[in-house]
Amino acid sequence: MSERYLQIDKVRMVFETKKGPFCALEEISLDIHAGEFVSLIGHSGCGKSTLLNIVTGLLEPSDGHVFLANREITGPGPDRGVVFQNHSLLPWLTCFENVQLAVERVFGATEKKRAVKERVHRALELVQLGHAEHQYPHELSGGMKQRVGIARALSIEPKVLLLDEPFGALDALTRAHLQDELMRIVAATGSTVLMVTHDVDEAVLLSDRVVMMTNGPAATIGGILTIDLPRPRDRIALAGNKQYVESRAELLEFLYLKQMREAA
Amino acid sequence: MSARPAIVHTLKPPRVEIGLADASTQLHPAMNQASSAPEPPPYVRTRAPEWLPRLLAPIIGLALFVALWAIIAKAGGRLPDPVSTWHSAVDVFSNPFYKKGPNDQGIGWNVLTSLGRVGIGFGAAALVGIPLGFMIGRFRFLSDMAAPIISILKPVSPLAWLPIGLMVFKAANPAAIYVIFVCSLWPMIVNTAVGVRHIPQDYLNVARVLNLSEWTVFRKILFPAVLPYMITGVRLSIGVAWLVIVAAEMLTGGVGIGFWVWDEWNNLNVQHIIIAIFTVGVVGLALEQSMILLAHRFSYD
Repeated sequence: MSERYLQIDKVRMVFETKKGPFCALEEISLDIHAGEFVSLIGHSGCGKSTLLNIVTGLLEPSDGHVFLANREITGPGPDRGVVFQNHSLLPWLTCFENVQLAVERVFGATEKKRAVKERVHRALELVQLGHAEHQYPHELSGGMKQRVGIARALSIEPKVLLLDEPFGALDALTRAHLQDELMRIVAATGSTVLMVTHDVDEAVLLSDRVVMMTNGPAATIGGILTIDLPRPRDRIALAGNKQYVESRAELLEFLYLKQMREAA
Repeated sequence: MSARPAIVHTLKPPRVEIGLADASTQLHPAMNQASSAPEPPPYVRTRAPEWLPRLLAPIIGLALFVALWAIIAKAGGRLPDPVSTWHSAVDVFSNPFYKKGPNDQGIGWNVLTSLGRVGIGFGAAALVGIPLGFMIGRFRFLSDMAAPIISILKPVSPLAWLPIGLMVFKAANPAAIYVIFVCSLWPMIVNTAVGVRHIPQDYLNVARVLNLSEWTVFRKILFPAVLPYMITGVRLSIGVAWLVIVAAEMLTGGVGIGFWVWDEWNNLNVQHIIIAIFTVGVVGLALEQSMILLAHRFSYD
């Protein structure tokens, strides 16, 4: 089971548009192991977010299937923790209440109120926001909001963590900080992660494997790069590491030579 | 009047405050986003205090208004001058809660009776209009179904409904309440529906990803997201209701500020009519301001 924990099997996605059918994804198959960190990288519009949304269950594939721990995904559900690009916290709830909404949904029926609250505390402590529990999202910085989003996703003990360009809206320094944080959290929880990104450094630093997507329409997997660097990884030490540099070069070559956008 | 807020004495640079004022006068809650401007550093005061002209301007405006009134009154006609009106007002308000039979009661009773009618009619409209607005906003089919009815009935003057009310209820009081109900209904339906349609997809995705129950989605996401729009609808409704009640009461009679105006016209007591006009204005302003306060309480940005 570990070999095929999250299994994407011949997924096709065709959207009906006014100009006729538009094929966004063509025959995508990908197996992700338990505890593995996999990134999807590609130019914008290549369908990587579409693929993630299929795994999330927000979109239904036109063809093919997705299995998580041997069960087919037929819609959204709390066995997957999702972190959205723009944090998507509810502005009328405090950080605590935002996370509680998720915890209550998953553990509210089986656990006592105190246990539920304890879980919310732990999730916020994990992202080092225990002190900001009772603040509202608009009182937090962008990076802190995104950390609450991660806490919310992890608090429900999902089988897999799905990240949709989670740090795309942040400035470079905050992004680096949160990437380190994410590595620490994933190491501490042993999470299985599927992340969409367009940032080459982010992909190499965080991932065990990077899935390179070709340009749409009819995007598919152009290649998979295994990044065999030991963990914990340190961005400063890696900057001169031969394998890191080579991996980075390979991704850049794929994105900017093989998949060059004509009009971009 | 100057369109700036009343917080100038804290000595902030004026640029920021103009931005704040723009947001506070918006009707649309989604636009109320400028209120979290960063705290600017205090600076040393070198000129006359900024609040002085802001305090003086409305006073000068009111003084000019009263002066103009006095000149017109002096020029002839039967318009009472400000001074005699003031004395009359002191007299009226010194005993606002007297009762001498059904048609002769203090101004306090008249205002309270009108407010009571507005409250009942408006409350009933909220009970019907807000749920209806939610359903129309949520379901496309219902929206298409309701669209022609709302479009045709919304521009009708509420008073046109009065004869039907009189016919159905065979009494003045319920007919007046019913007119308030009808005129309060449309803004609440329309604004609630617009609010439901404008809920950001992100929030709904959170609900879908967590697979929340319909009831939880309503309590934690739909309702709070729509609340600012709902309050806008309530504010517009209550404004219209207060406008309409005076006219409706003129036609139906009984007790109420509108009836009082008509009664004083029959008595040719123009001073009392002017007092009634100011009273209606002040009560309407108070209603409006309390709704604005409520709206600020529930804006999240």
